[in-house]
Amino acid sequence: MNDNGLLTVESLNVDYGDFRAIHDVSMCFPKGAIISVIGSNGAGKSTLLNAIMGVNKARSGRVFFEGDDITGLRTSSIVAKGISMSPEGSSVFENMSVYENLVLGAFLPGPRKKRDILLERAYELFPPLKEKAKQQATFLSGGQRQMLAIARALMSEPKLLICDEISLGLAPVVVSDIYSRITDVNETGVTVVLVEQEVKRSLDYSDYSYVLVKGRVVMGGLSDELDEKEVKDAYFGINQYA
Amino acid sequence: MELFVQSLVSGLLLGGLYAAVGVGLSLVFGIMGLTNIAHGCLMILSSFFIMVFARHMSGSVVAAFILTVLVMCVIGALLQGVLINRVLAKGPEPALLVTFGVAIVIWNVLQLIFGADFKSIPSPMASVNAVNTRWVVISGEYLFNFAVSAALILVLHLVIQKTLFGRAIRAAASNVVAAELMGINTGRTYIYIMCLALATGSVGGLLVGQTFGFYSYSGMSYLIIAFGVVVIGGMGSIIGTLLGGVILGVAQLLGAYFFGSGVQILVGYLTLLTLLTLRPRGLLGNMTRE
Ligand SMILES: Nc1ncnc2c1ncn2[C@@H]1O[C@H](COP(=O)(O)OP(=O)(O)OP(=O)(O)O)[C@@H](O)[C@H]1O
Ligand SMILES: [Mg+2]
Repeated sequence: MNDNGLLTVESLNVDYGDFRAIHDVSMCFPKGAIISVIGSNGAGKSTLLNAIMGVNKARSGRVFFEGDDITGLRTSSIVAKGISMSPEGSSVFENMSVYENLVLGAFLPGPRKKRDILLERAYELFPPLKEKAKQQATFLSGGQRQMLAIARALMSEPKLLICDEISLGLAPVVVSDIYSRITDVNETGVTVVLVEQEVKRSLDYSDYSYVLVKGRVVMGGLSDELDEKEVKDAYFGINQYA
Repeated sequence: MELFVQSLVSGLLLGGLYAAVGVGLSLVFGIMGLTNIAHGCLMILSSFFIMVFARHMSGSVVAAFILTVLVMCVIGALLQGVLINRVLAKGPEPALLVTFGVAIVIWNVLQLIFGADFKSIPSPMASVNAVNTRWVVISGEYLFNFAVSAALILVLHLVIQKTLFGRAIRAAASNVVAAELMGINTGRTYIYIMCLALATGSVGGLLVGQTFGFYSYSGMSYLIIAFGVVVIGGMGSIIGTLLGGVILGVAQLLGAYFFGSGVQILVGYLTLLTLLTLRPRGLLGNMTRE
């Protein structure tokens, strides 16, 4: 699965001061696929995604997108290349309306020109957002907030959509709903990275999976071929990988 | 009674000018969380530019003002792009120290070139009275100041609330990482903000230079006025600066009416302290920074 990667991570190390949060991580996100990154609290999932997006600086290692080295670029430049992220905790702009949040998602010149079409598409994907369009984001429910964060990320028409723990704190039915929407998005050709703590859900919804334990990749491959029990063991660090 | 009404009206109009002095400080604080100690000195620097340019442009204050706005935008871009953006990454306190240094440099350079003499910018409206009744006399100059400031603040408010640029500014103010994730280059946005702040400072520099005149060391006194305006109105609130300016202006002139002109400034700041005790975040809260 290393040949036609849309994004590849090569021997990435990320530190917080003296503490190494990501150890020599290499990954490949194949074009058109849904990839899940599974790991427990503190495994380093957000750190990895933030390093890919240029929010955190990597100590060493490289990130390539469509063959271009994007390591060390400014976040806004990485977004302009075609990667978009729905960050952990959604980070919607609280003091702005749902509509304004979406409009900001289409800030870049390309998407800006076709903003109305993109808005329509966002409302179609997540109808509750249309109802709440004029309301301040502060007044959204947890699920609607995640919908807004994903819809906003999609407004830039990304080639790669990264979602950091969109299921956090949401009722299972809301999660299934959002996940099936993401599957729809993937079918339009957008490569998707899902970060999750739930092993079964991750394997079910993805084509490829990586398991992250204490900042290291301990397992990876086709989701269909990964055994849920083995992944769980690795996840909880009770076998040779940990 | 006539004098009371006169004080009230003059205070209100003076408040407009104060708002123009303060709005740039509010903008920079509201969006970058930076207290720009150099704001007053940069404003007085623009007063000097307008004065000097007007002399070389056959006395046209309008042309001199436009040129000054351009020059101040370049200075703002350099200041923010080369100096402050780098330091801001390490937190707002080091950046504050940098602006303090900039203030001292401007002050000293102005002193070196122009000495400590009184200067002013010629004003066509200096001796015209717009309103002249038994109750009040309103000088054309004060009315002009107020109208220009109110228009400036209204336009700024609309730009920030209604345009995509304004939304990007508010996004950068509320969450830098989220704004970058929208593809907004927040470093560049900060540069635009500083340019905008110095352009509004040039308006303040023009009005102050025409109405009161200035010295090379006036910057620090205007910084304090700007602080007063912004603290009363609410740090980061654009409309609030107009309110803050008016309250400060009225408080000063009513203070002078009741207690004599010697305590005018003192009364202004006592009002500020009182309001601050009652509403620590200012009257119109904080619309930008979370
Ligand atoms: N700003 C920071 N400074 C220092 N250490 C940090 C910082 N952010 C994260 N860490 C540490 O880095 C490790 C990885 O954190 P990270 O947030 O990437 O984990 P995660 O897999 O996203 O966890 P969660 O599922 O809880 O979101 C943890 O041990 C965490 O304590
Ligand atoms: Mg996380």
